[in-house]
Amino acid sequence: MKKTALAIVGSLSAVAALAGPGSTATPATGHTPYFAANCANCHGTDGKAASAIPPLAGRDRAYLEESMKAFKNGTRPATIMHQLAKGYTDEEIAILAEFFAKQN
Amino acid sequence: MSRFNPDRRRLLHALGASTALAAAAGIPGTSLAAVTGKRGRKIGHVVVIGAGFGGATAAKYLRKWSDGTIEVTLIERNRQFVSCPASNEVLGGNRAYESLVHGYDGLRKNWGIRLVHAPVTGIDADKRRVRTDGAGDFGYDRLVLAPGFDFIHGDIAGYDAKAQESILHAWKAGPQTLALRKQLEDLPAGGTYVLSVPKAPYRCPPGPYERASQIAWYFKTHKPGSKVIILDANDKVISKEKLFLGVWESDYKDIIEYRPGWNVVAVDPVTRIVSSELGDKERGDVLNLLPPQRAADIARVAGVVNVNDRWADVNWISLESTAVRNIHVLGDALQAAPLMPKSAHMANQHGKAAAAAIVEILSGREPQPTLMANTCYSLIDDKRAIHVDSVHRYHPEKKVPLVVDGSGGVSKEPSVEEGLYTRAWATTMWKDSLS
Repeated sequence: MKKTALAIVGSLSAVAALAGPGSTATPATGHTPYFAANCANCHGTDGKAASAIPPLAGRDRAYLEESMKAFKNGTRPATIMHQLAKGYTDEEIAILAEFFAKQN
Repeated sequence: MSRFNPDRRRLLHALGASTALAAAAGIPGTSLAAVTGKRGRKIGHVVVIGAGFGGATAAKYLRKWSDGTIEVTLIERNRQFVSCPASNEVLGGNRAYESLVHGYDGLRKNWGIRLVHAPVTGIDADKRRVRTDGAGDFGYDRLVLAPGFDFIHGDIAGYDAKAQESILHAWKAGPQTLALRKQLEDLPAGGTYVLSVPKAPYRCPPGPYERASQIAWYFKTHKPGSKVIILDANDKVISKEKLFLGVWESDYKDIIEYRPGWNVVAVDPVTRIVSSELGDKERGDVLNLLPPQRAADIARVAGVVNVNDRWADVNWISLESTAVRNIHVLGDALQAAPLMPKSAHMANQHGKAAAAAIVEILSGREPQPTLMANTCYSLIDDKRAIHVDSVHRYHPEKKVPLVVDGSGGVSKEPSVEEGLYTRAWATTMWKDSLS
């Protein structure tokens, strides 16, 4: 468990560093990028929910990342996600995908 | 799991180890660390006042993100949580009131939060102590204040305590929600329901327009010939304007009358006639008045109300008050950032932002600005909904969160799909904030 957690922290920090100064992406305590909790209101705490809104926890990392990018650039239609995805940088989307893929 | 340290052993023994382990294993999101703190280490004590969407969320995420190393005392005068979101559906007859009511046990059991049900009577910011009526005093390292709003009743002449017994707001969900529903059920077919909307800012910008739509749906299906009259102190529908106006034209053409720029300044509770500042008059069989609003009383007691004598200004990185140190303010009580609504969704996000900042501060690090997002769904009949959403990013020069260019927007049209999402959103919000 601990090793996995450290590995996540490592990769998250690397991505956060790429996002540059003033980035909100820094996972400051190491175990959670705080802004991933933005998604929880609709998709559940840590992306876990059983409702009409799709859960995010444990989904394939690449699928989550590509879905968000497709919502963002308008190639995948949606009721709401095409508008929300535009609020996040590609680096932040990568962090979100990484975080939710690791939840189980 | 096999290497318990002595502190944890003692605690497990005290709780009855089998019960504690079963609870920890069976409840998602629970861990022993969340209950006992990492290796028994404590980095601080946070008192949260108010267990609405903002305060409850802050309490939970403080425990979660500190791995239980921050002790949290949550003070709330009510023993049950009654959700304002989805309460308009109860008025329309599209939801059971009981589904709005939730307990606080999840916060206690899953996260080890100390719940105190008592009114707060005083806050000593120098000594960092909170005084309650009947439950003692509590010292804090950081205080989170999530007080919600109170009405400025005096802005409507005649709307005194007596008048408030029969002329309801139902803008804080609870007994008034049920009482207003009863008034609507008792209204004879052909009767008139009058809803007043205060000048912005007020809690839940699209809420009055959703309420009008829900009640119009109820009249259309159960009370033929009845009318909904909206008296709006604003000069236009201030949220999802085209969508609401479109629905009212297509679905409720002979039911809803919308009057912009109509500011209710007086009411006669006997004749049930309201007057505007221009001298216009309107009578309703059922009056539903929403007076102007301000940060709730306890925010004044704390000394954090420093904008127009109504709202609390904060540092938008930490949500710490700009008036009083070590007090973080959330939710409806805030002087909101540009285009940031006073919504349950936003209060939940404020709670997370404050929790993140406090975890950083008590860990000896500098808090960083975090992104915040908002979504407000409105059900316009028994099935279909519309939304407005936005993403807010801290602007380092302006020192406030601003809507990210190109992000956010509204629905293309009302849809059943969004109706399903609306109800899923409510259920998930209750869980994310309360368990």
